[in-house]
Amino acid sequence: MVMELVGYGMTPPDRLTATFTALADPTRRAILARLAGGEASVLEIAAPFAMSQPAISKHLKVLERAGLISRGRDAQRRPCRLEAQPLAEATGWLERYRELWEGNFARLDALLDELQADIKPAKPAKRRRRDAP
Amino acid sequence: MNAARSKRQLQLATPSDREISMTRAFDAPRDRVFDAFTTPKLLQRWLLGPDGWSMPVCEVDLRPGGAFHYVWRNDADGNEFGLHGSYRAIERPERIVHVENFDQPWYPGDATITTTFVERDGVTTVTMVQAFDTPEGLQAALESGMETGVAASYDRLDEILNASTGSS
Repeated sequence: MVMELVGYGMTPPDRLTATFTALADPTRRAILARLAGGEASVLEIAAPFAMSQPAISKHLKVLERAGLISRGRDAQRRPCRLEAQPLAEATGWLERYRELWEGNFARLDALLDELQADIKPAKPAKRRRRDAP
Repeated sequence: MNAARSKRQLQLATPSDREISMTRAFDAPRDRVFDAFTTPKLLQRWLLGPDGWSMPVCEVDLRPGGAFHYVWRNDADGNEFGLHGSYRAIERPERIVHVENFDQPWYPGDATITTTFVERDGVTTVTMVQAFDTPEGLQAALESGMETGVAASYDRLDEILNASTGSS
């Protein structure tokens, strides 16, 4: 069902796939949350994790490939910074998914009301006041 | 308290790291809601997606092992896409389990959807849980890590995005 948006031609799947793949890992999400507070070097990013710097660098590469972060030019420090656009696209996609189903269910509400009315058309309690003598 | 309004909120959740669930209440008895989810004439009136789409094909063989086939059509440009699958369990009026995939799949494997209908005081709450049943196939296509956290990541998106916009 999640995939239905693609069928409706509402999203370019490849780019979002990279975004969701990158977000699938808790360490990478934690790195993004850290970078949301401002840019940081690999050493600074690695500090709170019980993980080697090469392991952190590997996660950073996944994030960079997905376009979620960029690396600075400073050869020594190469600070990482968050790129908000892919996250915004992914969130927008989820929002469209929600809207899609809200639209479906609003139509279903109307249909169920109509079916209920068909089942009990003559129920006295339903009589509207302006119909009363 | 506006009960009617709050009941109609669509809840999206991640019950496990391989599942996505949707919950929505309807002001109708369970039998009727069950019918609306399983009767072609009724499905064609609401399961349409965005405005401008219709559902010209809706075939349902409602029994365990029975198949279904839906085709949606964009009325403006004529583009179509289809979804097909089969029913694994039919427990009228409380539960349906089915497997589905697109006619032209862009991801490997199927998804299993369990739909439950719970009625209380005339209000029926529908929960649809989608589980990816071939995580290794999904993994092959979407790179490693996808199968362990695609659903869990949804919960984090807003959080991360809000944090990033707040700091810039």
